[in-house]
Amino acid sequence: MENYPVLIVVAPFISGLLAGLFVWIEKRLSYPIVLTGLFISAFSAIQVLIQVIGSGPIQYKLGGWSPPIGIEYRVDLLNAMVLCLVSGVAFLNLIASYRSAEKEIGDRTGSYYAVYNLFMTGLLGVTITGDLFNLYVLIEITSLTSYAQVAMGDRDRGPLASLNYVFIGVIGASFYLLGVGYLYMYTGSLNMADVAVLIKGSQGSSTVLVAFILCILGIWIKMALFPFHVWLPNAYTYSPVIFSRVVAPLMTKVMVYVMIRLMITVFGYDYIFNTLHLSDAVVWLATIAVLAGGVMALAQKNLKKMLCYIIVSEIGYMVGGAWMGNQLGMTGSILHILNDVLMTFALFLAVGNMVYRIEKVDITDLKGLFGKMPWTMGGFVLAAFSIIGVPPTCGFFSKWYLILGALEKGAYHFAAALIISSLICAVLFFKVFEICFFESGSPGHEHSSHGSVVIEEAPVSMLIISGLVSLSLIVAGCYSGTIVNTIILPFLK
Amino acid sequence: METIISIKPLLAVLASLLVIPMLVSSSDKPNVRESWTFIAGIIKFLIVVSMLPAVLSGKHVVLTLFSIAPGADIAFRVDALGMLFALVASSLYIITSMYSIGYMRGLKEHGQTRFVSFFALAISATIGAAFSANLLTLYLFYEVLSLATYPLVTHHQDANSRISGRKYLIFILGTSIGLVLPAMIYCYHATGTLEFAAGGIFSGQLSKPAATVLLLMFVFGFAKAGIMPFHSWLPAAMVAPTPVSALLHAVAVVKVGAFSIVRVITGIFGVDFLLSFNLGAVVAAIASVTILVSSCIALTQDEFKRRLAYSTIGQLSYIILGVALLSPKGMTGGMLHIAMHAFGKITLFFCAGAIFVATGKKYISQMVGIGKRMPLTMMAFLIGSMSIIGLPPTGGFISKWYLVLGTLEGDQMIMLFVLLSSSLLNAAYFMPIFYKAFFCTKEESMFEDKIQEAPMMCVVPLLMTALISFVLFFLPQPFLDLAQLAVKGFIGG
Repeated sequence: MENYPVLIVVAPFISGLLAGLFVWIEKRLSYPIVLTGLFISAFSAIQVLIQVIGSGPIQYKLGGWSPPIGIEYRVDLLNAMVLCLVSGVAFLNLIASYRSAEKEIGDRTGSYYAVYNLFMTGLLGVTITGDLFNLYVLIEITSLTSYAQVAMGDRDRGPLASLNYVFIGVIGASFYLLGVGYLYMYTGSLNMADVAVLIKGSQGSSTVLVAFILCILGIWIKMALFPFHVWLPNAYTYSPVIFSRVVAPLMTKVMVYVMIRLMITVFGYDYIFNTLHLSDAVVWLATIAVLAGGVMALAQKNLKKMLCYIIVSEIGYMVGGAWMGNQLGMTGSILHILNDVLMTFALFLAVGNMVYRIEKVDITDLKGLFGKMPWTMGGFVLAAFSIIGVPPTCGFFSKWYLILGALEKGAYHFAAALIISSLICAVLFFKVFEICFFESGSPGHEHSSHGSVVIEEAPVSMLIISGLVSLSLIVAGCYSGTIVNTIILPFLK
Repeated sequence: METIISIKPLLAVLASLLVIPMLVSSSDKPNVRESWTFIAGIIKFLIVVSMLPAVLSGKHVVLTLFSIAPGADIAFRVDALGMLFALVASSLYIITSMYSIGYMRGLKEHGQTRFVSFFALAISATIGAAFSANLLTLYLFYEVLSLATYPLVTHHQDANSRISGRKYLIFILGTSIGLVLPAMIYCYHATGTLEFAAGGIFSGQLSKPAATVLLLMFVFGFAKAGIMPFHSWLPAAMVAPTPVSALLHAVAVVKVGAFSIVRVITGIFGVDFLLSFNLGAVVAAIASVTILVSSCIALTQDEFKRRLAYSTIGQLSYIILGVALLSPKGMTGGMLHIAMHAFGKITLFFCAGAIFVATGKKYISQMVGIGKRMPLTMMAFLIGSMSIIGLPPTGGFISKWYLVLGTLEGDQMIMLFVLLSSSLLNAAYFMPIFYKAFFCTKEESMFEDKIQEAPMMCVVPLLMTALISFVLFFLPQPFLDLAQLAVKGFIGG
């Protein structure tokens, strides 16, 4: 069906609005409506991916208007993959949310689901659009809806975290918008493909240079690249866990996608690496980001916050790879988008299960959790190994490409940073495991009492989702060769 | 080289992996659970043995599971060296499983299901490492083994095992991520392959200093081999229940370390390459220091298992030393020592455990006169220690014989001296135990004259391994043939 691309975005949008309406009519219907919407979206995304793998990129003109006047959706291998990830994660998280949402946000679930789907619409739109200004609008939709969701979390700190997030988010978006303005000034067009053609050969133009810097800077702020990361940890920690579970894996990774899209499709490799020579500086910045994220994670007492700083570190991986200026680095970066979405999702799903049972997830609250929640912890351990980079989990293989890329460029500092980051993550997670494994949750730690630990697991629906996602880390790892050969390399050609 | 494509290597790995769900589901029926372990162990052993004729006739059994990148697949290749190691590990797994029953039940240990499950996982990883076709696959199983062993080392879940577990992780995981991983990726970067090849994978890409650094990164990085100064995790790991110390820390884990170094020396660098840079001598020197120093430390240890651990550290370096001699006889001796040491040392650990189960004694100074109480155990101890010292009529004599011939072949008198003086040291730390066990006055003896052995499930396995050590002197053929075949493959081309 040729309307799949538009269905990906429209289905969650309409179902989100409907769910909002049904809050006043029949609350219980909100959930099935959003679920259906996301299912249609995920299904269409997979269809589109299959289609793109089979017969190349798809162009879809919204409302029949052709570009550069109308808005165009362009789906190639890269965003087809990201679309699948976003809609898939959104759908799976919604299933896992069924039990935990009520517990966490009480009777506000109906409106929450409405906002949730609008948020997803934004992310999917950002990924699929081929128009620079449209991209800005959709980023803003994403941001606005996520401010609302963050504020629904922790009653004391949620609102402040959200406010911080608003301020910095707005600054980031303004930078990007300003950049787009310069581009429009220079080219008179907002369509990505069109702009790319029009700025070709204008290497010396300072307008293009300013536009480039502003756009990239804006996106960096949005993706929380160190040192622009300050909004992220609080926002993701104090939001309700049903939301952290999607925003942590998706938001930053979609922004990395936008950066890669700008680099490859709009400004072009040649401009960035041969005219501007920015590669070295940015790789250094990424190196620092990788290490700084890891070190800050070490200082955290709250599990959720620790994971947030790990995300900051992982952003450094992807930015470094993308700016390496060679195919291996870019391959690693794109592969890491996929892997990091899966790993972070798996980690936060496990955290969600923990929150369901023990409410607070300061690391010291996790005592005896291996006995109490063995399945949740199993998923958590797998995801942690993937972050550390233990084969055959997928985290190893993207790291593999990233380090190869760094060696090819001679950026030994970045390679070293990745290795050190692996070691830091090993320390981080084993610190947690030790508490879960050695310290008994119940008082009176005796050998004989180990047998009597009562298993108190999260609901089955949540366990199944978290188990599936954790296992997918191994599957994605084993098939990373296939993923690289069918999606990433053909895209980069 | 003729190859057979077969699924058997995979089945051999999976046999003990797929049984884990059965183990977990029968956790409240210990007898059922234990029979599953035996079924898996026997099937695994039979699959390994079924490949023996093909390997002995000079063929390789191969299977590629996943292609990751050209030259770096997840793939199996069963050659003579891998077969030798797999035979040792899979046969001893069955015997150790029997011993575990006696030991764990005798001491009424907690968490027995967890114990047998991770044991099964560890042995799967060991066989996987033995059958790895390239460095990437080897690294994968090496890491899986490290992580699977952690809950076994820390089985008691007390403060002591927590500290030991930490030490274990820092040494094992720290070196594999910090040294082996970068070295491996550098190899791939330089040559584009990680496939083990008879002549190595380098052809002029490495200068002598670079090769030295890379080789040392591998030798120290595979810290499971216990090369000093990365050895101290092994004595610390002795807090684990004795079956773990016996199978994993005398056979599987530590020998995966030594095996990996042998693989790197023979398959990545290649004998001729190392000879041309005279790098074998560097490794041999490091191994010699470890042999002598650890033997001296062993003399000072009063805790039985710690003395055995230091002895193991020394004996592992025999394997490295033999292979680093780079002469046919020396390499044969080194590889043969994988098998001979395994049967000898596991006997000794079984004895230590049996004494602990029967009397609760851990320290050698408390074992005066124990021979009168546990004569069978102590006779087995005699055979095991003779094998480690290298006295006829035990298997250990054969491997030491080849090692000594190897030093003579290469005219390396210093190494000969190291081997001989180490044998004396071995005798000095083992013979007093045996002597005091039997030859003491009534007043000195700490035990009553009544014979009271450990449970049958403990005694039978140690008699079996002692018997095998004895028989191997007369019938070393399967292992000797495999070792010679392997050496022919690595040197003769």
